[in-house]
Amino acid sequence: MTLDYDVAVFGGGNAALCAALTACEAGRRVVVVERAPRHMRGGNSRHTRNLRCAHGGPTAVLTGAYEVDEFLADLHRVNGGESDAALSRLLIHRSRECAGWMERHGGRFQAALRGTLHLSRTNAFFLGGGKALMNAYYAAAARQGIDVLYDAEVVGLDLEGGAFRAATIVVGGERRVVLARAAVVATGGFESNLEWLREAWGDAADQFIVRGTPYNTGTPLRLLLDAGAVPVGDPRGCHAIAVDARAPRFDGGIVTRLDCIPLGVVVNQHGERFADEGEDLWPRRYASWGALVAGQPGQQAYCLVDAKTHRLFMPSVFPPVAAPSIRELATALELPPDRVAATVERFNASVRPGTFDLETLDGCRTEGLSPPKSHWAQRLDTPPFWGYPLRPGITFTYLGVTVDDTARVVIGGAPSRNLFAAGEVMAGNVLRRGYLAGIGMTIGTVFGRLAGTHAADAAG
Amino acid sequence: MPLDDLTANGARTLTVCNACRYCEQYCPVFPAMEERREFARVDLAYLANLCHNCGECLYACQYAPPHEFGINVPRTLAGIRVASYEDYAWPRPLAVMFRAHSLLTALMLVAVFSGLMLLLARSTGLPVQPGGDFYAIVPHGTMVALFGGVFAFVVLAIVVGVARFVRDARAAGESGGAKAPPLRTGAAWRALRDGIRLRHLHTSGADCASSEEDRRPWRRWWHHLVLWGFLLCFASTSVAAVYHSVFGWIAPYAYSSLPVVLGSLGGVMLLAGCAGLWVVRARRDQALGDPAQDGLDRSFLALLFVTSLTGLALLVLRDSVVMGRLLALHLAAVLALFITLPYGKFVHGFYRLAALWVYERQGS
Repeated sequence: MTLDYDVAVFGGGNAALCAALTACEAGRRVVVVERAPRHMRGGNSRHTRNLRCAHGGPTAVLTGAYEVDEFLADLHRVNGGESDAALSRLLIHRSRECAGWMERHGGRFQAALRGTLHLSRTNAFFLGGGKALMNAYYAAAARQGIDVLYDAEVVGLDLEGGAFRAATIVVGGERRVVLARAAVVATGGFESNLEWLREAWGDAADQFIVRGTPYNTGTPLRLLLDAGAVPVGDPRGCHAIAVDARAPRFDGGIVTRLDCIPLGVVVNQHGERFADEGEDLWPRRYASWGALVAGQPGQQAYCLVDAKTHRLFMPSVFPPVAAPSIRELATALELPPDRVAATVERFNASVRPGTFDLETLDGCRTEGLSPPKSHWAQRLDTPPFWGYPLRPGITFTYLGVTVDDTARVVIGGAPSRNLFAAGEVMAGNVLRRGYLAGIGMTIGTVFGRLAGTHAADAAG
Repeated sequence: MPLDDLTANGARTLTVCNACRYCEQYCPVFPAMEERREFARVDLAYLANLCHNCGECLYACQYAPPHEFGINVPRTLAGIRVASYEDYAWPRPLAVMFRAHSLLTALMLVAVFSGLMLLLARSTGLPVQPGGDFYAIVPHGTMVALFGGVFAFVVLAIVVGVARFVRDARAAGESGGAKAPPLRTGAAWRALRDGIRLRHLHTSGADCASSEEDRRPWRRWWHHLVLWGFLLCFASTSVAAVYHSVFGWIAPYAYSSLPVVLGSLGGVMLLAGCAGLWVVRARRDQALGDPAQDGLDRSFLALLFVTSLTGLALLVLRDSVVMGRLLALHLAAVLALFITLPYGKFVHGFYRLAALWVYERQGS
């Protein structure tokens, strides 16, 4: 059976729904082809919490001001300037409209939390999180008459001279052809595809925990690259953090992350420290710990804290391993007790006196230790001691397709007439390494809306 | 689910919530939860009674079933809430007995009391006759002694239960926090205002969820009808008691009198509200509730409905020959309602207000 629409949107997360709603509001007949079943709809957006957006002054949902230039500087700080300058600027300029657009489509935000969560100046928090936002978008899509196919996997793209003609999908075990005058690919990265991860990371990939949806296998991305779409980013580029090693292999979401690293001492399987736990404020450093842990033997590390600090970080969903002494803790974590005890002893001996303050780059640091701990260094000396096993937790991959400022996929050397990309599948255009909290939703919303607008035009 | 399993599952659920916190601005349950790292039975009872079961957090939850974490906060807290009514009830064995077969017990009580009332009426030696004189059927002294006694017992039982709950909730609140915040003033007023308005059924701006995509005001409005209908009926009875004892004005009162107007209005509101809630709860997404609530909810609604219906019928038919039997039935329904108040759904209002008071007092 053949399905025929003006605009076909592949994917079912934030970027896909923004594109679908925008194209539908421009008067087009739209279908959303979502790989996941209904209860898992929304891709990684269902695990998100906030949207980073520029704004000129306090609003109901944001404190203070976050000007375009500051946002741009933050972006450059994390990606090292390695991005398309025009698209970055476009992204940040258009980020100012995102929160309002979300609210007009049923999204709701938390009231700005003044002073308690410093992120509320730069990021608007979704009331109830990303899944609530996705529910609102799907409800809006239903009201507008957008057809949604769940459990529908794209297995083939029929392109002619870089233009989209049709896609082959498998839905409910049956093959269908979807014809459309324009198409938007918003199918995320390939982080759930363990074989592809192994191509990039080797055996280390076997230890990776995939924080989000198991449905981001990257098939449409592979199809686009095979068809000559210009790649952007590196196959190893990803947003990865340190998560609790006991997390489920897929879909553990937010609750498996550990915020104790700046408060503790992190050792590898050999009981050795390998990185500066207190290099910078945690919101600026958390995104680098996935790669740091991935670089350790067995892709495993252990964060040790003591009773002085164990109430200062967000609890993980898994209980800490607790013990009355460092040696016993090491034994319980199956680490070499002598090595761990020696590491902690050296660490403790190098801690300089200072006034501890987690909110600032305080003066608590080590001296003569390599690697150093530059801030928040306190002796590990107050039992009980707690330990958490860590593993790399991959949020999403950055390898994607190059797009222009209308979200058109650049294929065969020129932007496609009617094929667009939005969300993680093209995030590499503005961000190829590092991460800025909440920017994934900004990319999805801005480029999803752009793709929807131009796809509606192209289909007209 | 046995109490230990309820506690274990509640602690597991809230440990996941506490590591996530995406729902923290939906209602007071989550800010109160964030003050804690461990969840003992008393913490769970407190949090469960703060929950108004609006349903938002189930649909927003990335860990909702069929996720392997299987998090369903509304259902989990509903189960704990029902168990907490039993846990704190006095005397507890009565609550255990009533919960086993609530609806059946309620209807049996009405039947048994009706029979007893009719026997009582016969034993007074007065014929069952028309004329609207209730005291000819059941003498005023008997009514006052019977209902006054039951009422005093009901008040005592509820006070004991709520006092136990407040003691635990305050202790839980004060030991749970890493820091003890200064107690805030005006807490009782804020708790009463928010509780009566059902503010936390729609704190987040949308109304109560009946399914993933439906937000409807009906559950809230039916509840308001029941609550205010009940209070009007209570006011009617109180005014009548003052008429009788202070002014010596003896029932039956004129249709335009205050007790009749208040009672009629309250009775109609109760009929509509109870029927509405019955339908709404049957149509609501079953995942939001715990089947353990069914008996308490249905028996309370049924008793309120029968009491209102017989009361209104009595008013309309008070000059007919069936008045005597109707009166027996109505008094039986009132008696059954009263006796089951401390062990049924009725107490949820007090526990809710008490939990809100503790919350407002501690700021969490």
